[in-house]
Amino acid sequence: MSLPVRPETDRQIDALLTRFPRKGSALLPALYLIQGEKGHIPEAAMEYVAGKIGVSPAFVMGVVTFYTMFRRAPIGRHHIQVCMTLPCALRGAGGVMKHLEKRLGIRRGQTTPDGRITLSAVECLGTCDTAPMCQINEDDHGHLDAKTVDAILERLQ
Amino acid sequence: MAFEPLLTRNIHKENPASIATYMASGGYQGLARVLKEFTPEAFVEEVKNSGLRGRGGAGFPCGVKWGFLPKGLDKPRYLCVNADESEPGTFKDRLLIEKDPHLVLEGIIASAYAIRCNQAFFYIRGEFHGPCRTFERAVEEARAKGFLGKNILGSGFDLDLIVYRGAGAYICGEETALLESLEGKRGLPRIKPPFPALIGLYGCPTIINNVETLANVTLIAERGATWYAGIGRPKNTGPKLFCLSGHVKRPGVFEAPLGIPLLELIHEHAGGMMHPDRPLKAAVPGGSSMKILPAANCDVLMDFDSLAAAGTSLGSAGGFVMDTSVCIVDALLNLARFYAHESCGQCTPCREGTGWFVKILTRLENGDGQPGDIDLLAEVASRVEGNTICPFGEAIAWPVQSYVAAFRDEFEAHVTQSTCPLGAAAGRS
Repeated sequence: MSLPVRPETDRQIDALLTRFPRKGSALLPALYLIQGEKGHIPEAAMEYVAGKIGVSPAFVMGVVTFYTMFRRAPIGRHHIQVCMTLPCALRGAGGVMKHLEKRLGIRRGQTTPDGRITLSAVECLGTCDTAPMCQINEDDHGHLDAKTVDAILERLQ
Repeated sequence: MAFEPLLTRNIHKENPASIATYMASGGYQGLARVLKEFTPEAFVEEVKNSGLRGRGGAGFPCGVKWGFLPKGLDKPRYLCVNADESEPGTFKDRLLIEKDPHLVLEGIIASAYAIRCNQAFFYIRGEFHGPCRTFERAVEEARAKGFLGKNILGSGFDLDLIVYRGAGAYICGEETALLESLEGKRGLPRIKPPFPALIGLYGCPTIINNVETLANVTLIAERGATWYAGIGRPKNTGPKLFCLSGHVKRPGVFEAPLGIPLLELIHEHAGGMMHPDRPLKAAVPGGSSMKILPAANCDVLMDFDSLAAAGTSLGSAGGFVMDTSVCIVDALLNLARFYAHESCGQCTPCREGTGWFVKILTRLENGDGQPGDIDLLAEVASRVEGNTICPFGEAIAWPVQSYVAAFRDEFEAHVTQSTCPLGAAAGRS
């Protein structure tokens, strides 16, 4: 049977198994490796990593669904996550989200039909001094308003 | 005398995160002093004598916590650094990790030495992509210089450090949830006792300390407990990072001795209110879980004991400010949604209670509130508080209780006028 991940990812996961005092700790970093390769965590990969670590696939599913950063389905190339929690809301996160929804023609939680952008509403990202802010893939963008949002969208290909 | 920045002394330098910058101003000399002049037990005493209280939220004396580790137990001891900074309004640990990671790292190494730990973990929230890369780079730099690894500075002390990324769960900032997560599980808090000092990570004695707490340990390593205890106020010693966001002109992290007046933080450090024609309505001094202070009660000192006396808490010092344009029901609804989303679901009062808060507050804000709804909020909060495994229950009960108590008239007006008097419901996305 072929591996559900690339051989390189498989080797990296093997290395994780001996990195920690207990094998179980390898699960979260292994899931990150899988998601890094595939963009999300398919069920076949959950079964595979469960076997590596010695837990049940259901246990892995429980972990994947507990943490918001693990995804079970593909998303757009650019993931725009707008912080909606109070410190951001006080400075206009609601308006930023509405503007994004209008410009992209989608609602929060949706992906543009071309698969380019996924828009999410998220809870506090710990950057309240730059409120309102969003995270796009791994980068933070703060002090947002309609103008800065438009400039950012221009740059996203 | 003007206060000399200690925790933020390097952040404005060029390449502030590099080990060269850090060592050029005496970095790692405190660690060298500890390894040379102190036994582990003596340094635990030194930290006790400094009066340093934990900067993560609870304010528990750091040295006393270390002293809870059992003696003569033949098991490894672990130090877990809590860098899962997730309390809304809090972004101080992030500043330290991004701008002065070696200040944190030096404190981690000195603390691990004090508690006789050879394996430390740095649990950082998953959303902190950039800070995590910066910290990993700092760890490599420290390893290359011999501050991590075997026989550190010829002392015979060994320490390995693993950086571990969380994956998006507020609850993992709770120390036992953090341990579960670090063991590769869902972050469900554990029942205490047993406390982690006795049975922690992998069932072994474990100390969990906040990032800023450990940066303070570096200061104590450098300049000693007596000097440190002279900063701040009695039983509330040392420098502190205060976050301020919301309706202020210059949101940010400000360093000051514990005990600085809240109004000084707002009006001087943060430049005053954002709109000159919208005065202060209320402030939350310590992160979203802490009780709100209406403007009339904001004349308080920002330290553990003063804020406790004022009926709230310093918490993680993630303060935020609201001006008179804010609908307090809408603000509380926002927080209720946060807590409903972040409840781990383990305890019924928290899992169900947070949902009740969202429902009741939504209908109040939309003008569909019923007589009795306001008492119902307080009633549900009283059933949540004290009835959950971890302090998450209080983290939502306290805002609900305090927002209702301080602004009861505003809640009543939503019911009697069958609408939000400030029109916030219409403006909310």
